[in-house]
Amino acid sequence: MTAQIRVENVSKIFGPKPKSVIPMIKEGMSKEGILNKTNHTVGVYNASFEVEKGEVFVIMGLSGSGKSTLIRCFNLLNKPTDGSIYLDGEDIVAFNKNELKKIRQEKIAMVFQHFGLFSHRTILANVEYGLEIRNVSKEERREIAMNNIETVGLKGYEDKYPDELSGGMQQRVGLARALANDPDILLMDEPFSALDPLIRREMQLELLDIQERLQKTIIFITHDVNEAFKLGDRVAVMKNGQVEQVGTPEEIITSPANHYISDFIKDIDRSKVFQAEHIMTRPNALVSLKDGLNVAVKEMKENGISSVFVVNRSRQVEGIVTIDDAIQGIKEKQRLSDVLRHDITVVNQEEYINDLIPKALESQFPLAVVNGENKLIGFILRVHVLSGLVSEEINKSEAYYV
Amino acid sequence: MGNFPDIRTQIGDYVDQFVSFLDTSLEGFFDFIFFISSRTINGIADFLMWMPWWLFIILIVLMGWYFKSVVSGVLYGLFIFLIGTFGLWEDMMTTISIIITAVIICLIIGIPLGVWMAFSKGFSTVMRPLLDAMQTMPSFVYLIPAIFFFGLGNVSAIFATLIYALPPVIRLTELAIRGVDKEVIESAQSFGSSNWQMLKKVQLPQALPTIMAGVNQTTMMALAMVVIASMVGASGLGEQVLVAINRIDIALGFEAGISIVFLAIIIDRITNGVAGKFQKHGGATE
Repeated sequence: MTAQIRVENVSKIFGPKPKSVIPMIKEGMSKEGILNKTNHTVGVYNASFEVEKGEVFVIMGLSGSGKSTLIRCFNLLNKPTDGSIYLDGEDIVAFNKNELKKIRQEKIAMVFQHFGLFSHRTILANVEYGLEIRNVSKEERREIAMNNIETVGLKGYEDKYPDELSGGMQQRVGLARALANDPDILLMDEPFSALDPLIRREMQLELLDIQERLQKTIIFITHDVNEAFKLGDRVAVMKNGQVEQVGTPEEIITSPANHYISDFIKDIDRSKVFQAEHIMTRPNALVSLKDGLNVAVKEMKENGISSVFVVNRSRQVEGIVTIDDAIQGIKEKQRLSDVLRHDITVVNQEEYINDLIPKALESQFPLAVVNGENKLIGFILRVHVLSGLVSEEINKSEAYYV
Repeated sequence: MGNFPDIRTQIGDYVDQFVSFLDTSLEGFFDFIFFISSRTINGIADFLMWMPWWLFIILIVLMGWYFKSVVSGVLYGLFIFLIGTFGLWEDMMTTISIIITAVIICLIIGIPLGVWMAFSKGFSTVMRPLLDAMQTMPSFVYLIPAIFFFGLGNVSAIFATLIYALPPVIRLTELAIRGVDKEVIESAQSFGSSNWQMLKKVQLPQALPTIMAGVNQTTMMALAMVVIASMVGASGLGEQVLVAINRIDIALGFEAGISIVFLAIIIDRITNGVAGKFQKHGGATE
């Protein structure tokens, strides 16, 4: 992955003489200090970060934290007072009118909180708008628009007007309209905040679906921590116009940069953020099918555990053997494969704790965690599932008890 | 008792001189306007008179039906028929053509001015008091320069009507353009619209319902000027009212007066209906 957008020391000041405030920011004067002294409001204060190609980058913060101001800097609906934003290596802040028009038409599209639809146009004409602006021929833009209307699941509604659609459907139109331009970057300013919770969840999943297919770079604004962590590959937390921390959801939860952030994420539903790989334990002992029962017993004794996973040559799980079964088997001169138990539960490393809970409850053995190639990479005990849900540091060196 | 000191400013004289100056230096311009306006009025009037009376009534009924309801349509047709029975058919046609001409000119001047005001704060600040003055200055006062420029007749009437009826469409156009939802503007911007594309494809269509409300008001105010305009020689229903006043002819006064009322009702309902049709999906205001 490469950085597609690089934000360098971007500040946005509102007031009669914004430029005059920049030196104070460089000196490190606080936002309140600037407001008191010069009567200028600092929207964004010295923000720097990178957004990688194809990732969902979420900017999270409470209202007034400057997140909406910041996202409008990416397509220069707000021109930063200071700093640079490099898009594919070019500083868009320095762009002239025509260059700006070009990137807005071709590279960046935006979805708005209250949809920003054109109420005098049909759904089709709304979705066609961006193409119309670029003088795409009538037949071509109709075709592209229809495809995108279908992508967001609104086929059959193209001749309706926005006011005839529900909120969720209207936002689908907003999304289709943005996608119709086939932009590299999608800016989404609290797109689901105006929707009710059920529709919101549905839209979130659908966005992830669409993203999986299209692999756009998405900058997504939200005030909802759960939404941020659910959608974001990486998340930036903003407070008072400043970017406080940038990291993956797991990084932010496990090591919040400051008190504000740990407060902010207190209510987060950890079971929907942490995945199997975050709470699993890497196995100290593994037994291969060809090893035999004696090796299994020895491994268990050495590691002080009561069962051990058995894998084949390509490290795929074959089953589990318990200490009791193994000793019994040795007495009865059985082979490892005879006492092997297959009723284990295998989970993917990317499954969320939320989905692991019932599996952990039903299974009498530890859960086997596999990666994309089906290789065993770890195991999860019930106690891991529980400890994954509390905010204290997860103890990775948990002993292997069943 | 304190008497006001003996100070006399000559502002009226200056205005007088200014008007004379305009009249002499811009004679060609005023002749041009005169030519255009009188041709338009006569053209519309000729067309309306050429039309068989029953066809005109049917058209009114159909318009009433389309924009309001069947009952309204029939009622409007009946109103028009009644005006005909008063013997005022030709006067009505003249009045209608004066109003239509005045409204067309109002829109041609008013909408661009309103748009300009919406975009330029400075221009808006200058225009506001001017618009206030246009609406509050007693109409008789600008009848005088009107005669100066265009002589007695329908064109002067149009000029006087313009001054009175122009402000609403300018004001409401400005209000409408300014009132377009901020996110809608932002979304149009975010697609890289040029200013012209923005105005044509987003701002004007979004503003149209409110602009249409302005058109309705302008039309009504043009109608309100009919009697006053007849003082500078406009023919039509207003002239009949004036004649009735001079002769103290109650019968004629009532007939001409009620004819104007009928026209007002019909024009108001129909322009309102037009605005309503635009309202259906357009406009950010719900």
